[in-house]
Amino acid sequence: MDAAAKKENAIEIHNLVVSFGSHRVLTDVDMQVRCGETTVILGGSGCGKSTLLRHIIGLRKPQGGRILVKNRDITTMDEDQMSTLLRKVGVVFQSSALFNSLTIGDNVALPLREHTRLEESTIQIMTRIKLDMVGLSGFEHYMPSELSGGMKKRAAFARAISMDPEILFCDEPSAGLDPIVAAGLDELIFKLKKALKMTIVVVTHEMESMYKIADRVVMLHEGKVIFSGPPEEFRVCEHPRVRQFVERRADHYGEDEIGRYARALTSES
Amino acid sequence: MDDTDSKRQGLAALFFGSIGRRAAGFVEQLAFLYRLILDSLYWTFIAPLRGKGLRVGSSFDEMVKIGVNAIPIVVLISFSIGMILAMQSAYQLEQFGATIFTADLVAVAHTRELGPLMTAIIIAGRSGSGIAAEIGTMKVGEEIEALQSMGFNPVKFLVVPKLLALAIMGPCLTVIGDLVGIGGGVFMAVFSLDLGFERYVTRTIYALIFKDLVTGLIKSLVFALLVGITGCYMGFTVKGGAEGVGRNTTMSVVVSIFLIILADAFFTALFYYLW
Repeated sequence: MDAAAKKENAIEIHNLVVSFGSHRVLTDVDMQVRCGETTVILGGSGCGKSTLLRHIIGLRKPQGGRILVKNRDITTMDEDQMSTLLRKVGVVFQSSALFNSLTIGDNVALPLREHTRLEESTIQIMTRIKLDMVGLSGFEHYMPSELSGGMKKRAAFARAISMDPEILFCDEPSAGLDPIVAAGLDELIFKLKKALKMTIVVVTHEMESMYKIADRVVMLHEGKVIFSGPPEEFRVCEHPRVRQFVERRADHYGEDEIGRYARALTSES
Repeated sequence: MDDTDSKRQGLAALFFGSIGRRAAGFVEQLAFLYRLILDSLYWTFIAPLRGKGLRVGSSFDEMVKIGVNAIPIVVLISFSIGMILAMQSAYQLEQFGATIFTADLVAVAHTRELGPLMTAIIIAGRSGSGIAAEIGTMKVGEEIEALQSMGFNPVKFLVVPKLLALAIMGPCLTVIGDLVGIGGGVFMAVFSLDLGFERYVTRTIYALIFKDLVTGLIKSLVFALLVGITGCYMGFTVKGGAEGVGRNTTMSVVVSIFLIILADAFFTALFYYLW
C-alpha cells in the first residue's frame, strides 16, 4: 500500500452526540480511523467506548453529528444501503455472539450463504480457510457451547472475517480471557492486519494489548476524546487522566469516602 | 414548615414523575410493537416481491418444530376434550331422552370453539414460550446485534419464518384437533353411551355445516398470529440476562392466553351477530 492511500480515512466521526434519556454518553466526539491501520479506542468502563462502536456499525442512530464510513454518511443511510455497507465490515462482539443454534462451521458460513451466490462446496472451503487462520481447523462440527471462551472468540473472529471485510471491529477482544489466550488474540489481530491489509478498530482498556497492536490510540473520557495519536505519544502525554490510566492509579474519591466512613465508625465507638 | 413543604413537593414530583415515566415507557412499548408488526408485514408480503427473498428453508424448519412436533400433544388433548364433552353433554341430554344430540354438540362445539382454543393454548405453551426464550436468549447474548452487524434484518431472519410457520400450522393443527376431538366423542358414544358408530357419525355429519369449520379456522389463524407476535415481542424486549429471559418467557404465555381469550370473545360475537 503506497503512502497516499495510507493517509485516506476509513472512518471519520464529526461532532458525534449520543445520549440515553437525559444522560449524555458521548459529547462532541471527533475522530478518524486511517485505512490499513489499527486504531485502539481506550477508556475506562462506562466511558462510552462500546456505545461509540455500536454507532459506527450503525446499530444505533446518534442524536447529532456525522459518521462517515468509507466517505459515506451512515447516519442518513436507509436499511438497504446500510446492509450493503455492512458486508464490507466485520464485527467481533465482546461476548463472541456466536449463534448458539448453529455449528461453528455454519456460523462462519452464514454470511457467505446469505450474501453471496457461491457454490456450497466453495463456501465449505472458504469456511475451512477462515477457521485455519484463527487456529480452529477441525472444529467445524462443534457447537459454540462445546468450546472454551478463547476458542469462541477465535470462532467469532473467523465469522467476522468470512466476507473478507475491509474494516474489522473488535469489542474488548481479551475481556474475560487469561493472559496467554489474550496475547494470542493480540497476535491474531496483528496477523490479520498484516496478511489481509484490514483496517482494524479495537475497543479495549488493556494497556499491554494496546501497545502491542495499536498504530493509533484514541482515548475517551466522560464522553469526550482526550487523546488521539500514536502510542509513543500516548505514553508521554501530560493529560492528567491519561497519566492516571498509564500509571494505573485509582480515583481518589473512593478512598476519601472509605476514610470518612472509618472515622465515623471510630468516633462512634 | 418549609421543610415539610419541600418534602411534600418532593413527594409530588416523585409521584407524578413515576406516572410520567410509566406513561412514556408504555408509549415506547406500543411504538415498538407497532414497528414490529409493520416490519413483519413488510418482510412477509412486500420484501419478497422486491427480490429481497423469504427464508423458505427456515420457515419449513419452524413448521416442523411448531406444527409436526406438536401433533402428539394436540391429538392427546383434543381426544380427551372430545370425550369429556361427550360425557358432559350426554349427562344433560339424557334428561330429555335426546342423547343422540351429543353428536351435534360435540361436533359443533369442537369445530367452532374448543378445537381452535385448545390448539392455540397448546401452541402458546409450546411454541410461544419457545419463541420468546429463543429470541430473548439471542438478545442477551448479543446475537441479535451480531445479525444486524452482518447486514441481516432480525425480523426477516427470526420473526417472519416463525409467523409464517404459525399461520400455516395453526389452522392445520386445528383441523387435526377437530377431527380427533370428534373422534373422542365417537369413542365415548360407541363404548359408553350406546349410540352406535354409524348413527353417531351420520348425526355428526348432518349437524356440521361449512360455516362452523370456517369460523373455527379463521379464529385459529388469528390465535396463532397473536401467539407469534406476543412471543417475538417478549423476546425482543428482554432486559437483564437469564432472569429477564425467564420472566419474559412466562409473560409471553400469560399474555398470549389472555389475548387468545379476548380475540375469541371478539370473533365469536362477530360471527354470532354478523354471519
